[in-house]
Amino acid sequence: MEKLVNLKINNIPVTVPEGSTILKAAHDSGIKIPTLCYLRDVNEIGACRICVVEVKGARSLVAACVYPVSEGMEVFTNTPKVRNSRRLTLELILSNHRMACLTCPRSKHCELLALADEFGIEAVRYAGDDMQPRIENTSLHLIRDNSKCVLCRRCVTTCRNIQEVGVIGPNDRGFDTHISCAFDRDLCEVDCISCGQCINSCPTGALAEQDDTDKVWAALNDPKKHVVVGTAPAVRAALGESFGMPIGTNVEGQMVTALRRLGFDKVFDVDHAADLTIMEEGTEFLHRLQGEGSLPMITSCSPGWIRYCEQHYGDQLDHLSTCKSPQQMFGSMVKTYYAQKCGIDPKDIVVVTIMPCVAKKYEVQRQEQRLPNGCMPVDISITTRELARMITSAGLLFDYLPKGRFDELLGISTGAAVIFGATGGVMEAALRTVAATLLGDENAPLEFKDVRGTEKGMDSIRVAEYELPGRTVKVCVASGISNAKKIMDDIRAGTCEYDFIEIMACPGGCINGGGQPLHTSYEQDYIDIRGLRAGALYNQDESMSLRKSHHNPMVKKLYEEFLGEPCGHKSHELLHTHYIPRKKHIL
Amino acid sequence: MPNCKTLVNYTGTPQQEEQLRQVIEKYKGQPGAAMPVLQEAQEIFGYLPEEVQVIIANGLDLPLSEIYGIASFYAQFTMNPKGQYRISVCLGTACYVKGAAAIVEAVEKHLNIRNGGITPDGKFSLDCCRCIGACGLAPVMMINDEVYGKLTPEKVVEILNSYN
Repeated sequence: MEKLVNLKINNIPVTVPEGSTILKAAHDSGIKIPTLCYLRDVNEIGACRICVVEVKGARSLVAACVYPVSEGMEVFTNTPKVRNSRRLTLELILSNHRMACLTCPRSKHCELLALADEFGIEAVRYAGDDMQPRIENTSLHLIRDNSKCVLCRRCVTTCRNIQEVGVIGPNDRGFDTHISCAFDRDLCEVDCISCGQCINSCPTGALAEQDDTDKVWAALNDPKKHVVVGTAPAVRAALGESFGMPIGTNVEGQMVTALRRLGFDKVFDVDHAADLTIMEEGTEFLHRLQGEGSLPMITSCSPGWIRYCEQHYGDQLDHLSTCKSPQQMFGSMVKTYYAQKCGIDPKDIVVVTIMPCVAKKYEVQRQEQRLPNGCMPVDISITTRELARMITSAGLLFDYLPKGRFDELLGISTGAAVIFGATGGVMEAALRTVAATLLGDENAPLEFKDVRGTEKGMDSIRVAEYELPGRTVKVCVASGISNAKKIMDDIRAGTCEYDFIEIMACPGGCINGGGQPLHTSYEQDYIDIRGLRAGALYNQDESMSLRKSHHNPMVKKLYEEFLGEPCGHKSHELLHTHYIPRKKHIL
Repeated sequence: MPNCKTLVNYTGTPQQEEQLRQVIEKYKGQPGAAMPVLQEAQEIFGYLPEEVQVIIANGLDLPLSEIYGIASFYAQFTMNPKGQYRISVCLGTACYVKGAAAIVEAVEKHLNIRNGGITPDGKFSLDCCRCIGACGLAPVMMINDEVYGKLTPEKVVEILNSYN
């Protein structure tokens, strides 16, 4: 039995489980204590002092986010002393914050701005010392502006503890403290994997994606260019949030219409390429099961994960599936198959992808993925957030848009492709096709629920076994780099028993990617954002008549007309790639 | 802060690096290992250049950002070696009121280094120090064991030039 503790908050008797913080106890009794540095399970350090409360008998104010409740405790959350202290703290933070709210991409979701509003701050009484922009924009995916940083360390703990990448930290001391890489090296010089989870954890506009929307507008306005767009599965499950729709609303139809109205010549679905990925990856796995290549085989859809693997497990790269990611397969097919079919010179085609991911911005420039015709598969990759900005700036009233349909040739997909966006989705999609290949479609199971993430956060490591003719196949699904690390260490030690592993860099998979609409720490704490977004994808899967990748008629047509067979010669040339061990440190 | 990458080439020897590895072995796995390892590394190398911090990060299996965060936080750590000529400008009370700040500035400007830094050729390093007991000569600076008193920014340049 859980032990309970009785206390009073603002004179109201409250009973909560032992070990609860004052913050949690207060929330459960209907009182929201403001926070800034707090991010549940990620950053609980009591540093910013915004959440201070009075505890009867305590010498000073205490930080509610880390202070545990005790029997008989009397807490006051709204006394003049508390209010003055919080206000002073906030004013001091603001005094050193470059308040460029009018031009800040974060203004709509800024937790600092919300606090200033909540506290009724009309003017900041203290002039700060350094109000110049301090911008680091050397990487392809991220911009850091330390003049908007509040030193909460949420990005640091996300990078260190959730992703266990640890490329950023607080450097120097006192007023000079700033978040950056070791030796203040540029982000492009260190082993950042470009996952962008730091952006999602930042309370202010100090971290943001590189905005590539101008490049997209330029392409759309260039009459000589044929501009083709493709959307990743997870985008449709989150884009609506940017227009005030409830989390978990699937806006595929409106998204398609919006893209068409933005002026794209063809609106395709990267889901189609996800089905193609399954054909290739499933076939590759069957080959490996027959002894051609290393086991376990690990998925290669997540560019952040790939980069991490190349940097930290350069000796294990033979385990990675040689399949390009769906984004890169999509671009490869547009600039070969589609170009040929429509009689357009691939050099005149601009391929734009809409991704839940900032690492995709890095992936598009991976030179080893260049096509034999000299083209890069994808030209510009923008995030869900950037697409939302484009839609807004084009004056499209998103909720008024009629539902549209993707253009057929590379726009038809199955339920197996839709679930790619959630952790476990690629594995389930692959198993649907692999099982059907070995057992026949009628005898093969359709759903593989063991590999789905069901708990809040969806970041557990899940393991399952399936009986297939001739052998038992053991599979494993992990998301978040800290989980990937555990599995890779087992592989390196020779103690890994799995045959097939799905790894996604972001906890929960692409639905929680670094390019998805942002939410405050409070929303992240109390709403199952990942679960709701994943739910939208699983619902779509269930509603579809075609739910196995090999049933996709357009994929079948693609093989008949162009590729030949999965993992055949042409596939290897266009849809597969190789990996390169990379150094962790630039030295 | 002058902590960042030193401009002087790394000259650590294989013997020093081996010594460091033994230190890392001694502390590896212990909580808070980074601090004593950094201290002993500084004793071995005299300073903590990036090359040394990378060995420590890899050896302790900690992110380099964490090692650097510690090294840049504590005043006891330096990421620059000491030069052939170690300049110490006194910032004691007497020197300070007699214009030591302008002396520091003159050195910084003339050598194009900041407090705590070293010239790329390894010749001059600059530190500020507390009272050296020569208040009657304020403002004062030392270059190695030589004391120079009653300084003016112009005099500083003359003195520094005499070391070339």
